[in-house]
Parts: sequence; C-alpha cells; structure tokens
Amino acid sequence: MQDAGTTITADGRTIGPVVMEMKNITLRFGGVVAIQDISFDIREGEIRAIIGPNGAGKSSMLNVISGFYVPQEGEVWFKGEKRPPMKPFEVARQGIARTFQNIALFEGMTVLDNIMTGRLTRMKAGLLAQMIWKGRAEEEEIENREAVEKIIDFLEIQHIRKTPVGRLPYGLKKRVELARALAAEPSILLLDEPMAGMNVEEKEDMSRFILDVNDEYGTTIALIEHDMGVVMDLSDRVVVMDYGKKIGDGTPDEVRNNQAVIDAYLGVAHD
Amino acid sequence: MSADFYYGVEVFLNGLMAGVLYALVALGFVLIYKASGIFNYAQGVMALFAALTLASIIEGQVPFARLINATFGTEIHDFGWRVPVLLAIVLSIGVMVAFAWLVQRLVFRHLVGQAPIILFMATIGLAYFLEGFGDLMWGSEIKTLDIGIPQGGNRWIEEHSAFLGGDDFYGFFIDNLDIVAALVAAVLVAGLVAFAQYSKQGRAMRAVADDHQAALSVGISLDFIWVLVWSLAGFVALVAGVMWGAKSGVQFSLSLIALKALPVLMLGGFTSIPGAIVGGLIIGVGEKLFEYLVGAPYLGGATENWFAYVVALLFLVFRPQGLFGEKIIERV
Ligand SMILES: Nc1ncnc2c1ncn2[C@@H]1O[C@H](COP(=O)(O)OP(=O)(O)O)[C@@H](O)[C@H]1O
Ligand SMILES: [Mg+2]
Repeated sequence: MQDAGTTITADGRTIGPVVMEMKNITLRFGGVVAIQDISFDIREGEIRAIIGPNGAGKSSMLNVISGFYVPQEGEVWFKGEKRPPMKPFEVARQGIARTFQNIALFEGMTVLDNIMTGRLTRMKAGLLAQMIWKGRAEEEEIENREAVEKIIDFLEIQHIRKTPVGRLPYGLKKRVELARALAAEPSILLLDEPMAGMNVEEKEDMSRFILDVNDEYGTTIALIEHDMGVVMDLSDRVVVMDYGKKIGDGTPDEVRNNQAVIDAYLGVAHD
Repeated sequence: MSADFYYGVEVFLNGLMAGVLYALVALGFVLIYKASGIFNYAQGVMALFAALTLASIIEGQVPFARLINATFGTEIHDFGWRVPVLLAIVLSIGVMVAFAWLVQRLVFRHLVGQAPIILFMATIGLAYFLEGFGDLMWGSEIKTLDIGIPQGGNRWIEEHSAFLGGDDFYGFFIDNLDIVAALVAAVLVAGLVAFAQYSKQGRAMRAVADDHQAALSVGISLDFIWVLVWSLAGFVALVAGVMWGAKSGVQFSLSLIALKALPVLMLGGFTSIPGAIVGGLIIGVGEKLFEYLVGAPYLGGATENWFAYVVALLFLVFRPQGLFGEKIIERV
C-alpha cells in the first residue's frame, strides 16, 4: 500500500489515486449530531466499506456524498476539485449512482423500465431533437436497450424482466435496484446495506456481483454493510463509525485489531 | 327501430362530445396530480386564461393595455393586425409554458415537502390571481373565439343517417365543432401517451410520478419535470379552453367547467389518464342520457346540473378508488 499514485492489490486489481475526499464533515438534525467532524477518502477502483452499529451515521454519510443531505460543515472534494453544494440529481449526473437502505424503486414500472431509467443520465437527445430527428432518438434507444440487457444478463434477472417491481420479493428488489444504478455506468457506486435482509445464498450472490462489477468495469464502490464477515471479504479499506464519530480507518486487518472498534462492537447486537 | 331510439342514439353521441371536454379538463388535473401530488384547483382558470390569451392574440390586442394607458396616459388598444390562428396558437402555448415556469419558480419550488392541503390552498390562490391577471392583461370583456371551424350541425352526417329512423327521424344532429374537438382530443391524448411512453422526458415523468427519491437518484431534476407537467397541463387547458370558448364565447363561466371535472376524477381516479378519459365520457353521456330518459319526462328537467355529482357521490361511497384505481385496503 502506498498513498499517492496507484497500487496493485493482492488479487491483481489496480487501485488509483484519491477520487473522492470528505473533509471534516459535520451533519446535524436539530440536536442530533449524525456526523461529527469526519474525514476520509475513497480511491479510484477500490471497494471502500463503511461499518458501524445502528444509528452510527453511515447512511447519513452516504446521503452527504450523494447530495441528499447537506452537511452544516465540511467539504466534499471530487476528482481533485471542491464540490459546490449540489442537488442529488446533479450528483447523479456526475456519474455517482446509488442504492438505498430502504429500496427506492419505481414500484409501478416493470424491471426493464426501472433499469432503463438508470440510463436517463446517458441519454442526450433533447426534447425537440426527439420530435424532429426521430432517427437519432431511436438509435439511442437501441444502444440503451443493449446496455441494459447486458446488465440484466450480468445480474441474472432475465426471468423477471417484464415483471412489475411491486410484485418482486425483497431480495430481487435489491438486485433490481443495483441493476438500475449500474445502468448509469457510474464511476462511483454507493450501496447502502445491499445485503440487508437477505439469506446466505442471496448474500453470496450479491457479494459476487459487487466484486465482479468492481473487477470488470473498474467501478469505485463505497458500501455500507452490517455483516462483518462480508465486509472483511469484500473491501479494500474500511471506515468505522460509532455515534457519528469515526473510530477506525484502514484495511480490514487493521480495523479488526483496532481496540476502539472492538469496544464499539462488543455487546452491540448486530445482525 | 323507432325514431325515439335514434334520438336516444343522438343524445348518446352528443353526450360523448360533451364528455370529451370534461375528459380534457380532468386530464390536466391528473397530469399535475400524478407528478407532484398537487390538486390544481386553478386548472379551470388556466383553461379560461389560455383561451383568453389566444382570442386576444388573434385580435391583435396589446397586452396590459389598460395598465400602460393608465401609467403613460396613452390610448393604445390594438396593434392593428390580426394574427393567423396557427401562429397565435404557438404564441399561446409559449405563454402557457412561461406561466408553468413562473408557477414552479415562484410558488411550488418553495413549497416542496409541504402538506397536500397547503399545496391545494396555494392553487386556490393561484386560481384567483390568474383570473385577475387575465383581466389585467387582456381586459374583462367577453370575447368570441373564431378559429375557423364551421359552426352548426354536420350536414353530411345528418343527411346520411336520416334513412335510419323512418319518416319521423331527420338524421343525427352533431355539431361540427364537437367533431373537431373530439378529433383534436383524440390526437392530443395519443400524443401524450406516446410522449410519456417513449420519450426520455416521458420516462422521467413517469419516474417522478412513481417515486421522488428514486427519481432524484437516477439524475432527474424534479423542478424540470414539474415545469414540464404544468406546461402540458397548460397545453391541455388551452385545447379545452379553445373548444369551449369557440362554442360559448370566452367568458368567466369557462373556469367553472373545472367543477365538472371533479366528478369525472371521482369516477376515473385522480392518477389515471385512461380513467380521466373514460370518466369524462361516462359523465358526458350519462348526464345527457339521464336528462333525456328520466330528467325531462319525469323530473322537470335540468338534471344535468347535478347528475354528475350524484354519480360521484355514489362512487365515493361504493368505490372510492374510482374505476381504475387500485383497491384501497386499510391496514390495521
Ligand atoms: N432525515 C433525518 N432526520 C432526522 N434525523 C435523522 C435523519 N436521518 C438520520 N437521522 C439521525 O441521524 C442518526 C444517524 O442515522 P443513520 O445515518 O441512518 O445511521 P446508520 O445508517 O448508521 O444506521 C440517527 O440518530 C438518525 O436518527
Ligand atoms: Mg443506515
């Protein structure tokens, strides 16, 4: 491991320089301090985990990165530049896609339509162009369909392509949400508890998908996860949060042996 | 078949035509309600304002003439030209889009996340404001709106259907204007459906209607979509306003057709585009047929004023989710 430039991991993946940096982020909700003066960075191509007990502020941190929450203090640096305050849709258009802890899908649409919405940021033809220059719009639609079909194959959800999302079981919904995020071909993917509520088999599938995405497309991934075992297997580096504070940051091994982390997790019932 | 039967059919057809107008107004409501949860009380006034704008532009009237004259002591009223209908329609659409943008920018942008009742109150304010603003911009006289559609019954249909009912039947009397209105409405609805189904913005619109948070996460600007749906609702209002205005003149009563859209929405559901259309047609046909079969012969007539509301009330009691809405199941 080295700080600047690139690193090659043990399994042969390339991890590049810092692409996103959180500097002294503080986020409050009235009297509740959800995030207290936290700094950490995310490097290009790595899988970065955020762990911690319930209510530690992990989701809040992801919401800050994706623009859903605006921190009272601190700066977000993206690709070497300080990011001005941004709406969530603007962040998404910068190539940062996400999933939600409580799944936010378009329940009334089919799986295919849901995933197609992930392509919206990639569609260029404007309102007028679509009306006047139909050929270009159709071409684009075909390109998008191809990209989406690839993702559908990749995540093994061909059999539910035309099913309305509202009818799917929880585990599959999580997978569709990941598919939609992937459809944007993001440079950074934010996953909020992608395996929560899944059985062992589903967790294994999901882990494999996450690793494959990172490996095949070089997508940078920041994920929140409760299951320590999963986190240790998946991630390159881990941030540990507790009561809004950062109590650890490093490789899985470093974090596992960190006394503050052990204390935070002792006696805390986590599933 | 007796002539009475064919007169019944004629009443049915005329009811369909009236229903088209109700459906158009209801469609405007549904568009906005689906995408933003706002029940837009101003939809009727928007139809009035749109028709007023079109009529005034055609006549070459100077906007805000009264205001300008009062301020500068001038005496201007008209530009002295007549604007071709097609150009005037394009200009009117422009005005409605500008209106949509202003409404979003100045009002609803600041009310994001407020309770539905607050949003509703805001649209009531908007309705009264727009009514006054229309007055200020174009004056308050009743205007005729001549967009070149021949008035009166369609002779061809009349002549070619006369043979059906024997000597007492002279053929179906159907207003030319109604036929045009029905055709325009059909094209409009088909266009809207195609737009929602196949265009990028249409897909984004459906996404926003389904889930705001998810829509944001895939890069959709809610602001933009809301301006878009208000623009579409403005366009639909223009079509409804023109059709009504061409028939009865552009006057205040136009904004009252919005009240007829309410029972249509009870019937069709507040979030269903097919519901708005079918609901509009059912109310239109229902009130005409009821008047013909029951109202006029047994109840002393004028049942058209209340029939729609009674139907809506029955629906509220027995099928509150409307014709196409999903069954509402109370969780306990
Ligand atoms: N939108 C919100 N409004 C008020 N409080 C919030 C909001 N989001 C999070 N919080 C609070 O911030 C703290 C951290 O929550 P969260 O980030 O969801 O934790 P985690 O994801 O680690 O379980 C909690 O005390 C939670 O109640
Ligand atoms: Mg959380």
